[in-house]
Amino acid sequence: MFNQQLLALIKKEFTLEFRQKASLGGILVYVVATIFISALSFNKIIVPEVWNALFWIIFLFSAITICGKSFTKESGGAALNNYVLYKPLTFFTSKLIYNFIFLLSISLVTLFFYSWFVGYLINNFALFILVLTLACLGFSAILTLMSAIASKADNNYTMMSILSFPVLIPVLILALRVSRQAIDGLAWSVSADFLLILISVNTICIVLSILLFPYLWRA
Amino acid sequence: MLGAVPRLPILNETIRNLYYHVPLWWAMMFQMGISLFYSAKFLKGENKQDERFAYNAALVGILLSIPGLITGSLWARYTWGTWWTFQDPKLNGVAIGILIYLIYFILRASIIQETARARVSSVFNIFAFVMFMLFIMVFPRLTDSLHPGNGGNPAFGKYDLDNNMRLIFYSAVIGWMCFSGWLLNILNRISLIKSKIDD
Repeated sequence: MFNQQLLALIKKEFTLEFRQKASLGGILVYVVATIFISALSFNKIIVPEVWNALFWIIFLFSAITICGKSFTKESGGAALNNYVLYKPLTFFTSKLIYNFIFLLSISLVTLFFYSWFVGYLINNFALFILVLTLACLGFSAILTLMSAIASKADNNYTMMSILSFPVLIPVLILALRVSRQAIDGLAWSVSADFLLILISVNTICIVLSILLFPYLWRA
Repeated sequence: MLGAVPRLPILNETIRNLYYHVPLWWAMMFQMGISLFYSAKFLKGENKQDERFAYNAALVGILLSIPGLITGSLWARYTWGTWWTFQDPKLNGVAIGILIYLIYFILRASIIQETARARVSSVFNIFAFVMFMLFIMVFPRLTDSLHPGNGGNPAFGKYDLDNNMRLIFYSAVIGWMCFSGWLLNILNRISLIKSKIDD
């Protein structure tokens, strides 16, 4: 799996992303502006429940914005080129890994600004980071597949968000639960069950999206 | 139908809703399972008819979910005192399920090119069904359900349901499943005729 082609594809994604500084900067400004607005609107009512829910809602929307454009560049001639050159597995995995790394870094930036502007309430930081990483993994698997689906439909952006919301819910609900426990600073043993469920849900998402992608690829 | 029923606290006569509400949802899941099966079959065999069958099954499933929702809502008004609550994982699961299939219809309608439409909507159908099942199975583990049979509520347990009721209940399940199969059969025959006319 970890061959030259995969690494080259991931590198290509990063090169393209950093070449278009406007889109990267756009996402960063989007995240910071959303957090600033929430800090102003939720001025004096930040309790753990609200903090948690608000963080994951911001995360959800930025994740859809980030992963939604995975396949917008791959149309027409580029798609044909990719189809001839790469195996679907390699191509999809490269997109998935790239989305995961990108999503994780943006979510850490989100966490930093969110803690700064809105307040820092986390008691078990390591657990919170673990949940964030797992959620990023699950989200990137689901959203990469959904963005491949949305790229085949007509009004791409609207389609992307409505396709993603219902299928993201299992991962989102689990992440919300465990992150709530991380905020309260509960022991690891309490969250072990939920973490295990989260990991298995992630595994199912990844396997399923890898299995289903080749069929989209041919279309 | 109006036979004797066990008197249980809270439920009382409303226990007869078991003959309608539960079989309707089982039939809905049954149809969604058929839809999944045909979607997978289409991706394997590339037969366009299979994809139309998958769509028809999802259509029948959504059709059954409407009376399922109404009977449940009416029942909840008299036992829980509310038409709808966000506290119950089954209600949330059902809302997500209906949302998923409505999105499936929208997705299917939004792609004009026929082969692309069939492939893309089959892929979404399979992925969405698995996520829906995960939601139904994972979420109830996190919170207790208000539904009878869960969280210490009476009904459907070994000791709550008497044999008369069980007889009617299982025949209702079979009946509603056969009814849904009959609807699907008609829809499938219509789409077969349509495709013959088109050719």
